[in-house]
Amino acid sequence: MSIFVDETTKVVYQGLTGSQGRYYGLLNREYGTQVVAGTNPKKAGTDIEGIPVFASVADAVQATGATASCIFIPAPGVRDAVMEAAEGGVTFVAVITEGVPAHDEAWFYNKLRRDFPQVRLLGPNCPGIISPGKCNIGITAGHITKEAVPGAKNVGIVSRSGTLTYQALYELKAQNIGVTTCVGIGGDPVPGTSFIDCLRAFEADPETHAVMMIGEIGGSAEEEAAEFIAASMTKPVSAYIAGQTAPAGKKMGHAGAIVSGGKGTAAAKMEALAAAGVKVGRNPTEAGELMVEIVKKL
Amino acid sequence: MDLFEYQGKQLFARFAIPVSPGEAVTDVDAAVAAADRIGYPVVVKAQVQVGGRGKAGGIKLAADAAECRTYATNILGMDIKGHTVNVVWIEHASDIAHEYYASFTLDRAAKQYFGMLSAEGGVEIETVAEENPDAIAKIHIDPVDGLTAAQCRDWVVAAQLDASVTDAAVDVLVALYRFYVEGDCDLAEINPLIVTPDGRVHALDAKVSLDNNAEFRHADWADYELTQERDVREQAAYEAGLQYVGLDGSVGIIANGAGLAMSTLDVVNQAGGTAANFLDVGGGADAKKFVSALTIIDNDPRVRSIFINIFGGITRGAEVANGIVTAIGQIDLKSPIVIRLDGTNAEEGRKILEPHLGDTLQMAPTMLDAARKAVELATR
Repeated sequence: MSIFVDETTKVVYQGLTGSQGRYYGLLNREYGTQVVAGTNPKKAGTDIEGIPVFASVADAVQATGATASCIFIPAPGVRDAVMEAAEGGVTFVAVITEGVPAHDEAWFYNKLRRDFPQVRLLGPNCPGIISPGKCNIGITAGHITKEAVPGAKNVGIVSRSGTLTYQALYELKAQNIGVTTCVGIGGDPVPGTSFIDCLRAFEADPETHAVMMIGEIGGSAEEEAAEFIAASMTKPVSAYIAGQTAPAGKKMGHAGAIVSGGKGTAAAKMEALAAAGVKVGRNPTEAGELMVEIVKKL
Repeated sequence: MDLFEYQGKQLFARFAIPVSPGEAVTDVDAAVAAADRIGYPVVVKAQVQVGGRGKAGGIKLAADAAECRTYATNILGMDIKGHTVNVVWIEHASDIAHEYYASFTLDRAAKQYFGMLSAEGGVEIETVAEENPDAIAKIHIDPVDGLTAAQCRDWVVAAQLDASVTDAAVDVLVALYRFYVEGDCDLAEINPLIVTPDGRVHALDAKVSLDNNAEFRHADWADYELTQERDVREQAAYEAGLQYVGLDGSVGIIANGAGLAMSTLDVVNQAGGTAANFLDVGGGADAKKFVSALTIIDNDPRVRSIFINIFGGITRGAEVANGIVTAIGQIDLKSPIVIRLDGTNAEEGRKILEPHLGDTLQMAPTMLDAARKAVELATR
């Protein structure tokens, strides 16, 4: 099985008619994702290589039965796009867009939680989600992943970083280890989906046997995840935290990757995870090797 | 983006948060002229983005023009913890009855806004939090609901501010909250928030950090970009549109992706070296980006070797390799490069690099091997 999305997920792309939306929308379709629609209020009635374009998410849902949305709209329009998706009736919204203001994120996160509790938001500023062999929503390269094999020991991945996620997928594939779902939760201060949301779902998924977690400096999401793992997880977890040598007070590429007031350091996160029984690697390769060891012992 | 005190105060004034009349100046004559206009006594305050200005002699009370001239002369050009003072803020001196603290920021764990208010202002809030945590009244605010005057009133009572200034304090908090949200702040902090002997409440300092992602809706922020404290390298990277952070080590770093760039710093450290910078060159394989990235790093006198760490996802390794080869052909590099190229289409990429390999361009099969090699070259 997979978490959050699978082969039945029907996706509408907000921003399909833009260059990024078109490029990745078509790649996702090529991968096998059910890319059922795009939106653009000015281009309703047209199509992108056979994918129909509608004026709004609501129209797309009505016509195609779309259940998920993937947002490639530029940052200034993301707040409205997220609300349009929720009001339009989809229950999964992945925001790939980078550079969304933190106040917008904080606002739509809380607005969704209150008025649309059935909607799962992923991102912003994330690579998306892939359930290998079933569904790829976002910008992950599908061919670097190995499908989960029924009966074998499969891994779930949750990560705040894009490229490090690709590396993890690639290394697991090289070791012939399948992945049920790989969730990129993104590098922003208010991610719609947290480590804990993913860990809980992986714990409940019978086909996932272990979880690999990639965190980074800033905030306390990894510490909260450690608490959850200690209290509620039976499946083994390996982890890597990027930014062990990052200076305090500087944003390291991602809006949320900053050590401020002595809080959010990699050392504190690694310590909390290790104390919760997580196998913590000092670098991505080591974390991958630890995961391979874990899977071999299962 | 962190603002200077004077920039924060100018924004405060626009949102009706009371501040003392003042002017920002860059030379001594202008300082005296400003003080004459404002009226003595004035405070001459060094504008640097670092704590401990007062202790370093960067804040002085001047009773007349002569004193103002002396202090402005001393403070302008002063070095405070590695920051040179280029601007002083001259403001009318205030009499102080009480010093409070007020701030708004985002609580990332709660995913809500977070306000702190304390009757013990004028010292670092971290110190108060450690020594007397009960002296800080904290509230969480749902961004959808916002903050009402009634909530502020309860908050002021909880913080045990002087009862006689409750109304004035509520006004300041409501205004500060509006500024925090509409001004797209990461942090809006007043420390100290003072009460004068005649019962007025106003901001004696301003610590403001803006969310760069919101720049598109604040045309006036372009002015703040011009006054950002950046070293030569950071300025060049900013102008080239690169995600760059200057560090003190000797191995220059280029990686595609913020997470990979951070982990590249980590492995260099684990290999016994130190990174000269963080640089995320992003997705894509644009030769131009590599040219500007390599130029900035190679111009850094600290740099002894350069580590390019690429993991191909959608962007294919071959395209990136072509970009790098083109870039290297265009610049005359002083430092040797070590490349690790992995992921999608990596083998083809390595083949493209092979004819160019030698002392100045080396390749390593893994991230750790590449780090060791780059560190070895940097310490040779």
